[in-house]
Amino acid sequence: MEVTITVNGTAHTLDIEPRELLVHVLREELRLTGTHIGCDSTSCGACTVLYDGTPVKSCTLFGVQADGIEITTVEGLLTAAGLDPMQAAFKEHHGLQCGFCTPGMMLVGKCLIEQNPTPSDDDVRNAIGGNICRCTGYMNIVKAIQAAAAEQQVTPTPTPANA
Amino acid sequence: MLPSSFEYHRPTTIDEALDLLASLGDDAKVLAGGQSLIPMMKLRFAAPAHLVDINRVEGLDAIEEADGELHIGALVRHNQLAGSELIGSKYPMIAAAAPQIADPLVRNLGTIGGSLTHCDPSGDLGAVMLAANARVVLKSKDGEREVPVTEFLADTFQSSIAPNELLTKVRITSPTGAYGGTYLKLERKIGDYATVAVATRLMMSNGSIGAAGIGLTSVGLTNIKATAAEDALVGQAPSRELFAEAGRLAAAAASPVGDVRGSEQYKRHMVEVYVRRGLTRSAEMAGAA
Repeated sequence: MEVTITVNGTAHTLDIEPRELLVHVLREELRLTGTHIGCDSTSCGACTVLYDGTPVKSCTLFGVQADGIEITTVEGLLTAAGLDPMQAAFKEHHGLQCGFCTPGMMLVGKCLIEQNPTPSDDDVRNAIGGNICRCTGYMNIVKAIQAAAAEQQVTPTPTPANA
Repeated sequence: MLPSSFEYHRPTTIDEALDLLASLGDDAKVLAGGQSLIPMMKLRFAAPAHLVDINRVEGLDAIEEADGELHIGALVRHNQLAGSELIGSKYPMIAAAAPQIADPLVRNLGTIGGSLTHCDPSGDLGAVMLAANARVVLKSKDGEREVPVTEFLADTFQSSIAPNELLTKVRITSPTGAYGGTYLKLERKIGDYATVAVATRLMMSNGSIGAAGIGLTSVGLTNIKATAAEDALVGQAPSRELFAEAGRLAAAAASPVGDVRGSEQYKRHMVEVYVRRGLTRSAEMAGAA
């Protein structure tokens, strides 16, 4: 089935099988391997992507469902100017060890701080409730997301209007 | 994990969806949020030949009141329910349950219609809708019928929907006067199934309980409506003793099995505790405690 999916701002027209999950399309058709397959059973959140801006588990959504939709993966965070503030905060605050959950954590974090510019510990912990990390104990993930939120307050992300 | 191959259909109107369901019959499944169906397809517990994706069907995602009723469209996502001002201000039992369903990412996709039709005894909304005396509207090319949730949740993973029907909305009679409700869920971690969860609501009438609803999650082959406990409450003045008795009756109606989350005895005890606690909180909200 032919679909057009916009991934990180670029439209891709692809011929895919309906049974391919979105994560397969991203990793195997588009070779965007930053989106990970962890549990493959809707539990861990390693495959999190933004679907029209909303975080979802791409192992539990068919690629054909993303026809005409804008998908953001972790690769989409990087800008010409360098790391996104969320990526920089994870680096600065050691928000990762093995890195497997990190793409999902950062995307959920991005979505959270857009809606809630000053998230409390509880706000962050609730938001990442669908993302499992087996290394860090979450402390530094929470710190990193809050640091990115604080950074966003100081230097707001440029919007298309003033970019 | 890849599901079996299937043919994918994406109608944009209810009529198109009903035409597809009528012609494809038993070989088709409706795809809503997919948060239960897709995992089942990946495990090959389900292998439908056709999927009718209703995510872009117009007119299925409203939450609104009309004629003394609350109408929740089948495609309303759990996070939409959790964030709804109308639900937050007038329907405390639903408002308490919605943010406790699964995890935040699943709530971004999972829908009320899908959750009810899936008939998982661990489903949170099943218990809530039993306590609310909700009805579901089922549409087909032949017409429309309204089915009480007590009948709709027919068996484990088995609703009473026909293959040519589409669940379009859930209907609940709006409460009046003084009322309260809540949903208490015991879970090991976010995203796990409930060990035990209990939906409770009370509506007051001249100082005594005019209507009561109690629904149980994860303690039987289906969500359970604790009717003996509900009946014991109606017409009585709220009291600690009354709520304790309702807790005992609800625990007697539960039939949990021991598993990794707890023993049969523990779960039954927690039903009793949570019903008592939920009714107490509901009565406080109603200003009757």
